[in-house]
Formats: sequence, structure tokens, C-alpha cells
Amino acid sequence: MVGLVLVAHSQRLLDGLAAMVVQAAPGIVVSTAGGAEGGSLGTSAPAVEASLRAVLAADGGDGVLCLLDLGSAAMALEIALEALAPEDRARVALTEAPLVEGAILAAVEAASGAPLALVRARAEEACREPKLPADLL
Amino acid sequence: MSDRRRRLIAAWLRRSAEVLHERRTWLTDLDAAIGDGDHGINLDRGFGLVVARLEAGELEAADGARLLEAAGRTILGTVGGASGALYGRALARAGASLADHPPGPHARPAARAATALAAAAQSVVALGRSAAGDKTMLDALLPAVAAAQAAAEKGRSLEAALAAAAAAAAAGAQATVPLIARRGRASYLGERSIGHLDPGAASTALLLAALAEVASTRRPEL
Repeated sequence: MVGLVLVAHSQRLLDGLAAMVVQAAPGIVVSTAGGAEGGSLGTSAPAVEASLRAVLAADGGDGVLCLLDLGSAAMALEIALEALAPEDRARVALTEAPLVEGAILAAVEAASGAPLALVRARAEEACREPKLPADLL
Repeated sequence: MSDRRRRLIAAWLRRSAEVLHERRTWLTDLDAAIGDGDHGINLDRGFGLVVARLEAGELEAADGARLLEAAGRTILGTVGGASGALYGRALARAGASLADHPPGPHARPAARAATALAAAAQSVVALGRSAAGDKTMLDALLPAVAAAQAAAEKGRSLEAALAAAAAAAAAGAQATVPLIARRGRASYLGERSIGHLDPGAASTALLLAALAEVASTRRPEL
């Protein structure tokens, strides 16, 4: 099953999101990398690398979709990816999908056994899917 | 030889931690004006942890190059913002450059220093997708690299090359004041970023001043 790695500036934010993800898709493989060492806000490349390695070891070869929040999360992710062997790097997909909505949609798709490309495509539909009824906007 | 390199790197890490601690409020105030107001606090904490781990023998410190790489990894893990990613990877890349160019008779230490600084700058250029004039740490770092390379080509000493690099970094940082920020949180301000000293360029100038200082007070090797 495709696994998820969630990267954000706050571990508390990701603890809540991971609980929502597991509720939506029980059995999903998900790892979080939130905050810097010592609990301060920010992102940590070593923590992202550890999350990627943990999910790569548990995904049965199906791959990992990584979702992230903003700013330096992309830099931490880039540094973490550089540390992976090419065959591991090839099993990691990235996405611009919004973190919360994308993670939920991706988790449901992954739990159905979909391949990595479809899980990623489903996450990216979160950019277009309306949250509000049109007459409330 | 390599023991002297290790001593210089360790002295630089210690002096950097002191300077960043002394100037943390100043750096944070610079960042509060155009960024998110945590630059000084974050760097103070990160370099403080580097030195704490160094003194506790927890950093791989078999030689100066490995010590610099280990310091970079500590910064990557503990300084959460873009500055942690940029400085952490830059220190690690400078350490890797030093590891590729061990002390020896085939190249002068000023040339090795210039090469390591260039590796650090290249790391920031690549990770930040940024260039000179974007009002970032590069506006201090790139002039420092050029000054160190010029000094090395003239056959100057390591102390002289690092002093030239520090002076160029200070001038480069000051020259960020009239620039419009094009990267990071400060870029959200657009023209309102004009008139402010860039905190990343300011901290880079402090780090290079610390390097020149420790190189001037002992028989340095790099």
C-alpha cells in the first residue's frame, strides 16, 4: 500500500492531521515530520529523512506520497531527498496538494490499493474540489 | 596539520555561538522588520546546541572537515526555518569541500578556504534558487567568496584571505539596505522591504567576521 509522509512546521498540527487521516483510512501507513528538534516551530531535514525511510520500509514497495505545508518545508524535503539512494528516491512522489485536504483524499485512495500515480492525482484534486456550497460563498 | 584545521573550525564554531548569542536580539529585530522575527533566536539556539554537543564529544570530530559537516547536520535538525536549511547544508557542503582538499603542500590554505566558501555559497544558490541582489545571505556570502578567491590568487595568507572575506561580507550586507527582497518572507513586503538590512546577510557577515577573528589570533590551518 502507498504510504504518506506529512511535513509541517508544527508537530501538533500533524498529530491532529494524522488522527484525521487514520480515521478516514484505517490501516494507512503514515509518518509525520513536524517542527524542529527540541519542539520549536519549523521543519527538520533529518526528521523528514527519517519519516521517508520509515514509510519506504513499510510500503511493500508501492511508494510514498509526500505532502507539505509552506516555506522552508520544501527545503527540508529537498535536503532529505538528496540523502536517499536513487532507487528509494524513485519511489517518492511529491505534490503541491494542500496538506490537510490532500492528505485525506490521498489516504482514502491509498487504502483502496491504488498505485502511487493515482494516489498523487487524487490528492491534487483537492485543489479543485469545492469545500463550500456555491450559494454560501 | 589536520589537528590545526580541527582547532580552527572548533574555535570558529565557539566564537560564532558567542557572537550570535550576543547579537540575537539585534538579528531578531532585523527579522521582525521584514520577516517572521525569529532569526536571532533560531541561530542562537542552533549554534548553542552545536557547541554544547561539541563540548560533550557528541559531534563527529575526527578532523575539522567532519566536524563542520556534523555541525551542519545539527543546524539542519534544530534550526527550523529556511535559515536552518540554508546554513546547515552550506556548512555540510563546506565541510565536504575541506574533506576533498586535505591540508598539504599541494595547495595553500587560502585557496582551500576560498574553495570551501564557494561550496557553501553554491549550496545556498542551489537550495534557495536565489542570486546576488535578491536581498539574502548571498549578498554577503558571494562578495566574501570573490574576496577570498582574489586573495588566494595573489598568494595571500589564510588570515588575510579570511579578513578580506569578512570585510566584503560586511560591505555586502550593508548594501542590502536599499534592495527589494525577492526571496523568503521578506519578499511578501515588496517595496516595503526597502530600507531594511537583510537579517540573513547580517548573520552571514557576523559568521565570517568570527572566522576572520579566530584565524587572526592563532596559527591557523584550513
